[in-house]
Amino acid sequence: MRGKNLLIISMAIVFFCFATPVRAQEITPTVSDDEVNRVAQELYCPVCENTPLDVCPTKACAQWRELIREKIALGWSEQQIKRFFAEQYGGQVLAVPPLQGLNWIVYVLPPLVVIGGIYLAVTIVKRSRKSVIPEKKDPFQSPLPAPETVMKQIEKDLHKEE
Amino acid sequence: MNNPVENQPSSSTEKRRFPWVTAIISSVFLIGLLVVLGLWMKQSKVTSLEIGANVPDFSVTTFDGETYTKSALEGKLILINFWSSWCSSCDEEGYALEEVWQEVKSSGDIVFLGVNYVDTEKDSITFLNKYGITYPNGPDLGSKISRIFKVQAVPETYIIGRDGTLAAIKIGAFESADEIRTLLEKAAQE
Amino acid sequence: MIANIGFGLLVITIVTSLIAVITAIYGVTSKTRAMLETSRLAALSAFPLLSMSIAALITLLLSGKFEYVYVYQTTSLSMPVYLKIAALWGGQQGSLLFWCWLLSGFTFIVLIRKWKQDHDLLPWVIVVTNITLFFFMVLVLFFENPFLKYYIMYNGEVITSLFQPFHAITAHPTDGSGLNPLLRHYGMVVHPPMLYLGFVGFIIPFAYAIAALIEGRTDDRWLKATRRWSLTAWLFLSLGLVLGSRWAYDVLGWGGYWSWDPVEISAFMPWLTGTAYLHSMVMQDKRGLFKHWNVALIILTFCLVIFGTFLTRSGLFSSVHAFSESQIGPAFFIFIAVMFVVSLGLLLFRWSRLSSGYQIKSFFSRESAFLYNNLLFLAIFAICLLGVIFPILSELFTGQQVTVGPQFYESAAGPLFALLLLLMGIVPLTAWSTSSARNLGKTVWKPALISLIFPIAAVILGARNWIAVIAIWLAALVICVTLYDYIRSIGLRAANHHEPWWKAFLTLTTRNRRRYGGYIIHLGVALMGLGIIGIEFFQTQTQAMLKLGESLDLSGYTITYRDFQIADTPDGRNVARVEISIARNNQELKVVYPRIDYYYDSEQAVTIPGLRTTLADDLYVILVDWEPVTSEAATIKAFRNPLMNWFWIGSIVAVFGTLLALWPSRERKLNTKEAA
Repeated sequence: MRGKNLLIISMAIVFFCFATPVRAQEITPTVSDDEVNRVAQELYCPVCENTPLDVCPTKACAQWRELIREKIALGWSEQQIKRFFAEQYGGQVLAVPPLQGLNWIVYVLPPLVVIGGIYLAVTIVKRSRKSVIPEKKDPFQSPLPAPETVMKQIEKDLHKEE
Repeated sequence: MNNPVENQPSSSTEKRRFPWVTAIISSVFLIGLLVVLGLWMKQSKVTSLEIGANVPDFSVTTFDGETYTKSALEGKLILINFWSSWCSSCDEEGYALEEVWQEVKSSGDIVFLGVNYVDTEKDSITFLNKYGITYPNGPDLGSKISRIFKVQAVPETYIIGRDGTLAAIKIGAFESADEIRTLLEKAAQE
Repeated sequence: MIANIGFGLLVITIVTSLIAVITAIYGVTSKTRAMLETSRLAALSAFPLLSMSIAALITLLLSGKFEYVYVYQTTSLSMPVYLKIAALWGGQQGSLLFWCWLLSGFTFIVLIRKWKQDHDLLPWVIVVTNITLFFFMVLVLFFENPFLKYYIMYNGEVITSLFQPFHAITAHPTDGSGLNPLLRHYGMVVHPPMLYLGFVGFIIPFAYAIAALIEGRTDDRWLKATRRWSLTAWLFLSLGLVLGSRWAYDVLGWGGYWSWDPVEISAFMPWLTGTAYLHSMVMQDKRGLFKHWNVALIILTFCLVIFGTFLTRSGLFSSVHAFSESQIGPAFFIFIAVMFVVSLGLLLFRWSRLSSGYQIKSFFSRESAFLYNNLLFLAIFAICLLGVIFPILSELFTGQQVTVGPQFYESAAGPLFALLLLLMGIVPLTAWSTSSARNLGKTVWKPALISLIFPIAAVILGARNWIAVIAIWLAALVICVTLYDYIRSIGLRAANHHEPWWKAFLTLTTRNRRRYGGYIIHLGVALMGLGIIGIEFFQTQTQAMLKLGESLDLSGYTITYRDFQIADTPDGRNVARVEISIARNNQELKVVYPRIDYYYDSEQAVTIPGLRTTLADDLYVILVDWEPVTSEAATIKAFRNPLMNWFWIGSIVAVFGTLLALWPSRERKLNTKEAA
């Protein structure tokens, strides 16, 4: 619903801008390129995939940057502009999937991976510690190559020191 | 083959039990991944809709606020032209399309629909006025329509026959008004 | 003629690779020495055959025979010789052939050097490498043939074909369309071969692992025999990634070097698992731990290598790398699936034989640290995989296209990278086997205290982002601890052996190449980390349309637009160049010339930044646009990338460390002499 209203408003605005080019030009220069880029870098070019709008060199992207400039000049917030772009051109223009539907996976899975990793680390070490079997022969004692013995000596020395 | 080290140092004093759970989880995950990739490849292989295929319903709201819905236009020939103001070959084509539109619009059984592919409204309207295009034109909101037709680049033109199935495809710009007329006639006969 | 020879050689190679596989399997099962010898010769022959075929293709590229499709698509008359040679890997067909050539060369080296030593494993190594080679040769021959020619049919239609069709005449284009201009950069000239060397290099340890599984030789020999292969492959893969970043920094005009693009990630994923493997390899080598894990990791790395080649080559994802699209996707897909399932099956079959004999005793021991390291790398890998796969999932199940951009990777993997830094900082001071938090704390506090200087300095200099400050501290911790441990060892050795410190330093380093090589790599990575922190947290940028003489202000710098020139060059470019003066406190520091090169042959424009680089920061200026008629005003964009240079310096340090770790030790040399 909201999208439709936005659209109607924006169309009205576009007509307004078009009908009165003199005024439009008065508005646009007040928005600096930096302000435009701040929004543009959070948006992706809908046709040349995986290129953020702020660095995309094509004519189409230049037009979209101008669109962002107009919206900023009209006082739109970054969120509003992003939503507008997503409605106009599809969800792929957003740098990160919006929090809805299947997209939850993107937000939920990474923390789960981390938690799973911690769990694995703890269980592996714990289980390994429990099952320490009395070793007949410590593998350390097996003849090590010369440099290793040197290092061992050094490490021993270090521990003594402490 | 002589195998000198068959009796390896039996370091494994206790037989580690086989990690069934890990094995099952990882193989399920793996098969899932392969299936997904396979499906994806199968789907993305179809580059565009084929002639004769049934076109899903869609609607275009023009810049003037009128709404054209495919299902409501059943029985008419619908020419859908995907274009953009930033596309370099769309202007010439626009002239040609407009020329043909002037000839056919009175008959009432042919509809031209310009679908504005990922573009800004301001630039689109400037474009339409500059080239004097009068047939209905509207934006492709959320790129939904272009996804139905699997549009790769603009311009692309599709003609939907009177039975609602796809009758003709033109990838790239029309070179002349005659080419459009020929394609329309061909589509009308199907 | 030359092309026919080149093509003929490819046909022979595909036959020899098949013969090598069949005779190797037959030879092992029937224990026939003659069969094994046949297999060896067949496998050896692939390298000279493919070398000649490559030579044929290079001859065509250099002589400008534009009637050949590949020559037409990747070269043009105006290109210099080195780029014409680089065109070998500039296109799909050539790069696949190049890939095959590398694989045959690596197999060749292994067979020449190790045939006697590893006679029980090598037949299976031949089987694995030649099955892979066969698969890629099928792609080259039947899908992506580099020797196709243009023909004009009687009806005027131009077709591509290997042989002259009936009633057709050869087309003779006068000039080619030229290599994609984005690829005409030294970084891009060396980036693909480096990446491919890394990719293909990991196939050798994989082949050994599979051979060991099949033969039931589940001791550490496969791993030790391929230790240096793995390290070399890792080195090239890392170099490939860094050079690719440098290319992006120099040519793409993004102000950055890495954009978490699906294709970048597909080269990064085997690097992640490969790095995990390099670490866990040490554990099996020294402690007999992680035996299953190592096999699983190398299998995963192999599959990711093929997957990476597939992603860059099949056009599955559109990205900056989408220079080519082709129909070879399904073939790749089936190959990966089969290889993965078969090798995992083998691993499960040999599972019980691979049990570890040694246990981890403490959460703070070095063994545990290696375990955490592996889990972290795998977690980062999982996040990358999710980011790459999710857009596919979404489109498949909901029909919605989504982008998973850098923010996702940065926020999901960033903390894990920080933990890796922490681990890298602590690990030189952990002890093997038994170590407690107390012991660790005792040794770590001194260097940790010193490392606090860095974050404090950062705060004094104005850093207020606490995440950035912590990240700086972690990188500093790695540097301080590593140096501290190094210096302490040198001091002890000097005291014990009554040597001067420099001599102690040399003996320590040369006698423990693997250990200190590893340390130097860690130092390099920490320096690279500083560069990444600099650009991630402290990058500033500004953009404006300037008239001649006007200037921009950016973080204390004044960037003045002084001149504009536009001209055609003899090598087929139209160059629009601005002169920009960079000044600070009214003192001119440097004049840079950002430009946009428009290539007439391929109708593409390339944005080349103007760069002023120091150890403190990089000033990166690009020309965005200019007034076409008056050329009085131009839109200029400038980035300040603090500490960026440390990223490149760190990578050079890391390369040096890897070379040190790779250098054959004295004992090894003696051994080989005895063997000879």
